Amino acid sequence: MLKQVEGSHAVAEAVALCRPEVISAYPITPQTHIVEDLGTMVKAGAIKNCEFLLVESEFGALSACIGSSAAGARSYTATSSQGMLFMMEAVYNASGMGLPIVMTVGNRAIGAPINIWNDWGDSMSARDAGWIQLFVESNQQAVDVHIQAFRLAEQLSLPVMVCMDGFILTHSFSQVDIPDQKQVDAFLPTFEPRQLLDPAAPLSMGAMVGPEAFTEVRYLAHHKQMEALQLIPEQAAEFEKIFARDSGGVVKTFDCEGAETVVVTMGSVIGTMKQVLSEMRDDGISIGALTVRSFRPFPKEALRAILKDAKRVIVFEKCLAVGMGGILAMNLRMALNDFPIRVHSAIGGLGGRPITRANLRRMFEKGIRDEMEEPHFHDIHMNVVERELEREHAQRRSGSIAENILQDVGVVAAAKTI
Amino acid sequence: MPQIPESHQKVRFYQTGTLTVGNRLLDAEHRSVQGTMDRSNSLDSGHRACQGCGEALGARFAIDAAMRATNNQLIAANATGCLEVFTTPYPETAWSIPWIHSLFGNAAAVGAGIAAALKAKGREDVRVIAQGGDGGTTDIGFGCLSGMFDRNDDVLYICYNNEAYMNTGVQRSSATPGGARTATTMPVGKDPGNAFNTGKSVPLIAMAHLIPYVATASVHDLHDLEHKVTKAMGIHGARYIELFVPCPLGWGSKPSDTVKISRLAVECGLYPLIEAEHGELTGVTKIRRQVPVGEYLKLQRRFAHVLKPANAHQLEQLQAIANRNIKKFSLIDEQGGQE
Repeated sequence: MLKQVEGSHAVAEAVALCRPEVISAYPITPQTHIVEDLGTMVKAGAIKNCEFLLVESEFGALSACIGSSAAGARSYTATSSQGMLFMMEAVYNASGMGLPIVMTVGNRAIGAPINIWNDWGDSMSARDAGWIQLFVESNQQAVDVHIQAFRLAEQLSLPVMVCMDGFILTHSFSQVDIPDQKQVDAFLPTFEPRQLLDPAAPLSMGAMVGPEAFTEVRYLAHHKQMEALQLIPEQAAEFEKIFARDSGGVVKTFDCEGAETVVVTMGSVIGTMKQVLSEMRDDGISIGALTVRSFRPFPKEALRAILKDAKRVIVFEKCLAVGMGGILAMNLRMALNDFPIRVHSAIGGLGGRPITRANLRRMFEKGIRDEMEEPHFHDIHMNVVERELEREHAQRRSGSIAENILQDVGVVAAAKTI
Repeated sequence: MPQIPESHQKVRFYQTGTLTVGNRLLDAEHRSVQGTMDRSNSLDSGHRACQGCGEALGARFAIDAAMRATNNQLIAANATGCLEVFTTPYPETAWSIPWIHSLFGNAAAVGAGIAAALKAKGREDVRVIAQGGDGGTTDIGFGCLSGMFDRNDDVLYICYNNEAYMNTGVQRSSATPGGARTATTMPVGKDPGNAFNTGKSVPLIAMAHLIPYVATASVHDLHDLEHKVTKAMGIHGARYIELFVPCPLGWGSKPSDTVKISRLAVECGLYPLIEAEHGELTGVTKIRRQVPVGEYLKLQRRFAHVLKPANAHQLEQLQAIANRNIKKFSLIDEQGGQE
């Protein structure tokens, strides 16, 4: 049914349709609306046979899901930013034990300085944690990918993060087609765990493993993710049969066949980019784009097949490996390392800095001229940076970088420049 | 004035010299779960606990009693620690019940999740225990524990309190008593051992959550432990039992003294045995004959420095704590003696 709803509400409806049995909730912006809505649905009896746990922290939220999933219940939680960091020990534990928990990440920057706005710092902090990470571009895709996420998680016995841009998606209202229960039931079978805490068949879960087996356990974790590269497109095809929408897969292309330059990104920014790229193509520039929908597992072969004839790639990402550069760019360069393709790395949108059509076009044109710095910081105000560097050079007690910068430019001025 | 707890036995048999309660002297229905042929052996033999481990002893009695009380419908979540390590490394396990270890600090939350799953599935006949050592309970797991109490989740949490982080090599926890030597509170300097006026009483904090049942127990009175576990499993909601479990390795005591030390800890007043329901103290185990704390301390090398004349003030402080406990919980009948 078509509805004009907030992204968070759409996700809550999608999760509800998946018949979750345990949901744990802890407030952190910007994922909060999702669990608020789910809480209301459980309390009102709209989700049957479901326990809604109000936990004391994100660590508790995911730990409760670890217990409930091990006891055979379809389990869900959501988090963002600092919450992801606070639960990180449990993040690794859930994947290590092969528990098919689904967690929404309302992507938000990580502090300090504290910042509630969107970037991918939180999901990236867990990129090596053994979870499948699916990035979505729109609220429609968020709905569809959550439904696929439960099936994927349970089929593989691996937890799945659905990563959606905080505020940009979680808090925006748009038209979303909410599937009906029959469709979801046809797509998503009941949860049959591979191992279960059951008094009728006692087993010990989560015991210690030494050097004699740890390598093989890790190899199999990797192997499972490689299997997911097959499974994700298969499930997307089945999803399309039932729901008549292309909403999944590991990669999505946008006019990049035959394009000299291909922009590679993830998440919702593709919406703005599509308009810019269309204008550029109208101006005779050979440029297309693709989004990496599955960041973990990383779809190396799919990307190689799509990008093999490109002349250059411009990777745009909302995250930074401090001391190294672009994370998506690093992953892509590894995938393309034997191709004669220039891969430019652009980092932008950090902490919610707006990404506009105008500044995107300037950046793409710079990339096409192969004039990008490595890495390129999109829409950075270097005069501000230089002033702070001068201050640090001039005096030992130079104070807080963040405060100094805002003193320099002023909040109003800062808002105007971006 | 707290009442004498409704107990497993009306009569106590104190055998000369040992004060041991004789199981064989009791009527069949009053004998311990552990004394029966159909005990579940939930924590089976062959594990790797040290000789004289109070935790292994306590866990075996506690879980078997819980199994009997729940008709063997029990799942346990375990914090990281000695109990987890000595019972499991794959492919071996000493547990014959469904058992999960997740992390050091989340046993209470994992237990809460299991209980939620069982409720969602309509399997509330299956009951849940979460358990850990004092470090995993009073320190790193404290947030999750408080959350479990706060939500009144249907979980019995058992803390095996050996008063330090034993699995990592005897470091101080917030359950370590004043004066005690640990690897991080060595008996050096002006005030040797652990600082006084630190630490916390989790049983009292549990009571402050107004949960249905809180108790302390000790491995010298395993009948009492079984009784308290059985009682706890007859109640729904969040329950907490803290069990005093000497650690010969960490305390520098003889493995053969584990039970004796437990008894002395209670009899000197340093470890009061209490029961509380919904925040109200409902019972205490009376001390029959108070012993000076020195009798308890002298069997443990972790307190060796306390007994030196130079540290007489520490001995006085520990005696004062014991006296305070006796007064606070009315551990000795003022008329004296009768039980």
